[in-house]
Amino acid sequence: MDIVRLAARSLYNRRYTAWLTLLSIALGVALMLGVEKVRLGAKTSFANTLSGADLIVGARSGAIPLLLYSVFRIGNATNNIDWQSYQAIAHYPAVRWTIPLSLGDSHRGFRVLGTNRDYFEHYRYARQRPLEFSAGQPFDDVYDAVLGADVADKLGYRLGQSIVLSHGIDSAGLAKHDDRPFRVVGILKRTGTPVDRTVHISLAGIEAIHVDWQSGARIPGAAVSAEQARAMDLTPRTLTAFLIGLDSKRHVFSMQRAINEYRPEPLLAILPGVTLQELWDMMSVAENALLGVSVGVVVSSLLGLLTVILAGLHERRREMAILRSVGATPWHIVTLLVTEATLLASCGVLCGVGLLYLLLWIAQPVIESHWGLYIVIAPPTGREFILMALTVGAGCLAGLLPAWLAYRYSLADGMTVRV
Amino acid sequence: MKPTAPHPPDAPAASGAAILRLDQVRFRWPRQTRDILDIPHFTVDSRERVFIKGRSGSGKTTLLNLLTGITQPREGTVTILGTALNALSGTRRDAFRAEHIGFIFQLFNLIPYLPLVGNVTLPCRFSAARRRKALERSATLEQEARRLLSRLELDIDALERRPVAELSVGQQQRVAAARALIGAPELIIADEPTSALDTDTRQAFLRLLLQEAQAQGTTVLLVSHDASLETVFDRAVALETLNRAGTPP
Ligand SMILES: Nc1ncnc2c1ncn2[C@@H]1O[C@H](COP(=O)(O)OP(=O)(O)OP(=O)(O)O)[C@@H](O)[C@H]1O
Ligand SMILES: [Mg+2]
Repeated sequence: MDIVRLAARSLYNRRYTAWLTLLSIALGVALMLGVEKVRLGAKTSFANTLSGADLIVGARSGAIPLLLYSVFRIGNATNNIDWQSYQAIAHYPAVRWTIPLSLGDSHRGFRVLGTNRDYFEHYRYARQRPLEFSAGQPFDDVYDAVLGADVADKLGYRLGQSIVLSHGIDSAGLAKHDDRPFRVVGILKRTGTPVDRTVHISLAGIEAIHVDWQSGARIPGAAVSAEQARAMDLTPRTLTAFLIGLDSKRHVFSMQRAINEYRPEPLLAILPGVTLQELWDMMSVAENALLGVSVGVVVSSLLGLLTVILAGLHERRREMAILRSVGATPWHIVTLLVTEATLLASCGVLCGVGLLYLLLWIAQPVIESHWGLYIVIAPPTGREFILMALTVGAGCLAGLLPAWLAYRYSLADGMTVRV
Repeated sequence: MKPTAPHPPDAPAASGAAILRLDQVRFRWPRQTRDILDIPHFTVDSRERVFIKGRSGSGKTTLLNLLTGITQPREGTVTILGTALNALSGTRRDAFRAEHIGFIFQLFNLIPYLPLVGNVTLPCRFSAARRRKALERSATLEQEARRLLSRLELDIDALERRPVAELSVGQQQRVAAARALIGAPELIIADEPTSALDTDTRQAFLRLLLQEAQAQGTTVLLVSHDASLETVFDRAVALETLNRAGTPP
């Protein structure tokens, strides 16, 4: 017996309500799987951003803010650290390398990072991958800049082009360092991390554009030309943070303690992996709430499905009697209704998945450029398959109630059909 | 009873004998306090065309429920083609009905979401035997449905594309008759199939149904409150004379 064909025809007969139900299930499923995708995307892209550094050191504040502003370019440092402190710690015996980080300027919405050439040597992302150049080389001169892949792509920059940096990182009403243009000398290959959206210059470059600035504004009448600045002492006075690579992992905790107890100024050293885990723990509440809401949407759409089938049931008593008269067993009737519900739910899930991938395909570049979150468009994960299967299962279960009622009806009615 | 069409070879041995037999059957619906049916004895011979008349509420539809095995008598046995229905499990009873009985309701016989031909071939989805018998007559089920419909003088080509709910009542009843006839079941049971038709259509419908049933050797049992129908049947019985329970007030 091709009950499935019968069920499909019956649904087609009520195609408008069926479509609406299907749509609401699809939306719920797309939302639920979307939340899941974004969660996963956030996790992998965060986890892939930094690898290889044993410690991150910044001014004493929260561990999570330090991680966010130093590595992910989210938020701002409230305090800087002294160049002397950096120098002192960089010379501790267990330290193999350091990468100084100086943040605070921007270029057309992209953050500017002041650092040194060790950055290109020691920075690692994903599984210990080093940075590579798609064109040019690391900065050498004070006014040299190295662009992340996105910066070059979005703004259409080439090697040799000159660019002007802005003071501060808010997009509106920025004061420009227009008297000290920088020259693009290198473009990095895409990494899928915030590096792609960063303009890298030397620490000396950062100093040079700020020599005649004080507390966020140009000192009136103290104009210093780019060439004059070059001749000045461009040793930085402060840093935002720095990364440390140690000779051996064994020293991580003693080193962390040493830095946290550093006398001359209050510093904070964090283990990136541990802090990232803290961040996840903090986010898991929000994550679960989000997943809960989206599951709620799916459940309510399944209730909609139940309503549609139940509402049609009474007027279908005659149909049931006809089916019984041609030899359908009460179980056929049950199967018919459960199949209808399951068909609707599975088509809803399929459409939801389709909708999700369509939306991802559209939204991926937008999400990436706005939030720096790279969401991989990959086939559903095991967990997502489980969520889908649960939805279909719940739809099937929702069909059981009308099916049971129809079973009762068809036993009670027999051929006595009331119109 | 006139022997016309050859008897289907696989039919249970009931030729000439009773195709249907009620013995000491008593029945009441769940919330009823007294029996609505109490039939000591009733038989229908193979290929006989029997008319049972009874006024509204006398239990005609209830009787047909028992004959098709949809409901079970409280006492007594219903035997069809030598098989006591109460000896079968529910599923076997449903399968038995699919195979041996065609049923026509008073009204609204068709499943709205199936096409016209799909409505006719419906029993063949539930019974392999009827499917096989239908395919003995025509190359495909669809062709057999079309053959029966044209025998019942329904202009299938003009109507086929329309949703079945748009057919006139007379047309719907012909489709229902074709559905009951397809795959040559041994017994057709009809519950007031003509009560919504006007007099002319009624006569035409009955004539075609009985003619086609006779052609394939099918026994017909029809119940109605309309005594004017009895002339076209071999035998007419009043339910009141069969039923000792009498009619509830
Ligand atoms: N499925 C049912 N459940 C409970 N009671 C029923 C059911 N079907 C019929 N009855 C009751 O049984 C009695 C006989 O009903 P039935 O439908 O058999 O009469 P009928 O002779 O077919 O009437 P009509 O000519 O109006 O169709 C009525 O009192 C009715 O209320
Ligand atoms: Mg009736």
